[in-house]
Amino acid sequence: MIPAGLETKNDVKPPLWLLAELTYRCPLQCPYCSNPLEIAKYQNELSTEDWVRVMQEARKMGAAQIGFSGGEPLVRPDLEELIQEARHLGYYTNLITSGVGMDEARVKRFKDAGLDHIQISFQASDEELNNFLGGTKTFQHKKEMARIVKAYEYPMVLNIVIHRKNIEQIRDILEMTVELNADYVELASTQYYGWSRINVDQLLPTREQLAKAEIVAKEYQIRMKGKSKIIYVIPDYFENRPKPCMNGWGAIFLTIAPDGTALPCHEAGQLPIDFPNVKDVSVEEAWKDSPGFNHFRGFEWMKEPCRSCDEKEKDFGGCRCQAFMMTGDAANTDPVCDKSPHHQELLDDVDRIAKLAAEETDNNVAEKPLVFRNMKNSKKIVAKEIEKTEA
Amino acid sequence: MSITKADKPEIAPTFRFQWEEVQDCYVVLYPEGMVKLSKSAGEIMKRIDGEESIDKIIKDLETTFSENNLEDDVMKFLEVAYDTGWIRNKK
Ligand code: SF4
Ligand code: SF4
Repeated sequence: MIPAGLETKNDVKPPLWLLAELTYRCPLQCPYCSNPLEIAKYQNELSTEDWVRVMQEARKMGAAQIGFSGGEPLVRPDLEELIQEARHLGYYTNLITSGVGMDEARVKRFKDAGLDHIQISFQASDEELNNFLGGTKTFQHKKEMARIVKAYEYPMVLNIVIHRKNIEQIRDILEMTVELNADYVELASTQYYGWSRINVDQLLPTREQLAKAEIVAKEYQIRMKGKSKIIYVIPDYFENRPKPCMNGWGAIFLTIAPDGTALPCHEAGQLPIDFPNVKDVSVEEAWKDSPGFNHFRGFEWMKEPCRSCDEKEKDFGGCRCQAFMMTGDAANTDPVCDKSPHHQELLDDVDRIAKLAAEETDNNVAEKPLVFRNMKNSKKIVAKEIEKTEA
Repeated sequence: MSITKADKPEIAPTFRFQWEEVQDCYVVLYPEGMVKLSKSAGEIMKRIDGEESIDKIIKDLETTFSENNLEDDVMKFLEVAYDTGWIRNKK
């Protein structure tokens, strides 16, 4: 590990991306939400002035993109003000929202504030499933919002998190994005962190489902070429090499959690590592000097098989959080890699879940209920009334 | 599409073109992404404002950099820029 200090200062590149998680409050309760399970513990949200300072400091270092996310960023009444300040500082401003809490007047105010882009997430393409997965009635409203976003000439990204409950609707989902004139479509396979990890048995698709979905996605990619860019990534549980997580730890991504914790990735809060808080230190100090951000920079921290592997500069050994969740040690190789001694355990787990899925469809065996993402369940998790994850 | 020198391109509203001090270059920004432009590409994009015709842009570049025959290079870049949707003809 590289110790914190001046010696790393000059060769650390600046962040390009600032992800501002404004709040963990959210009117929806998606069971695949990637927020931490401990959302109930994040009480003290940063003030408007704190956020303005964070944005100024990160911009000065070189961050060019800012994403306002959450939870549901629309919950913050100062969102317009923050967008305006971000745009004024020269950021490309992205709003990542469920659309719940938005109306035409607000879209117009965002436009006046200089917002560049809106991404709306849908849970599914039919009303019943969408509302079930989101835990609220929002489907018609979201569609209406998507139309308004287009009417105001925003580039529109529609994001649909894909999992076993909606993967067989993929054609309908894509039809819906065509109807709504999306400029970009992200069919984002669930990543199994946070809430989706405790619901993985009910959410992980089968290999057969993925193969079928891929054919449909390809068909639409060809059909919509030039009109809409469709991105479809399969869950990394089905790969042999890990993703180059965050393009490297502390390389380009900076996340600020609602309480001001600075993180190299929005999942990293679960690691047994101390991260700085922007209430105590400047963004520059947090990024360049904190032990947390330097923890997995470079290659010195790596263990075998990564350490001597010639692919380490390509994937940086994968995701630290996944290594931690599955092996108990964040410095281990991501078990998605087939060189990892834990890879077989991952394959076994995928098989086990495939059997559960088959039981469900063939024999109508009731699956265990989904744990919805809400403050009540979070409090139970914090109090250990609901089991978190197996390491 | 075929480009003519009388066309007056503008930056498409779904993209943003700006100077980035820390990167020391012009960039094109779009949802969750950024492309760094080469010096010559930046010089071309800088002149695209929906008012000037391509013909005028070429002439201006040739005068500014005291060079002749920039037309081919500029046209080649503009083709790419139209193709990726960064620029469009003013409606
Ligand atoms: S994934 Fe769902 S529950 Fe989580 S923040 Fe987004 S809309 Fe809210
Ligand atoms: S061993 Fe490590 S560095 Fe090599 S391919 Fe696997 S994850 Fe990447």
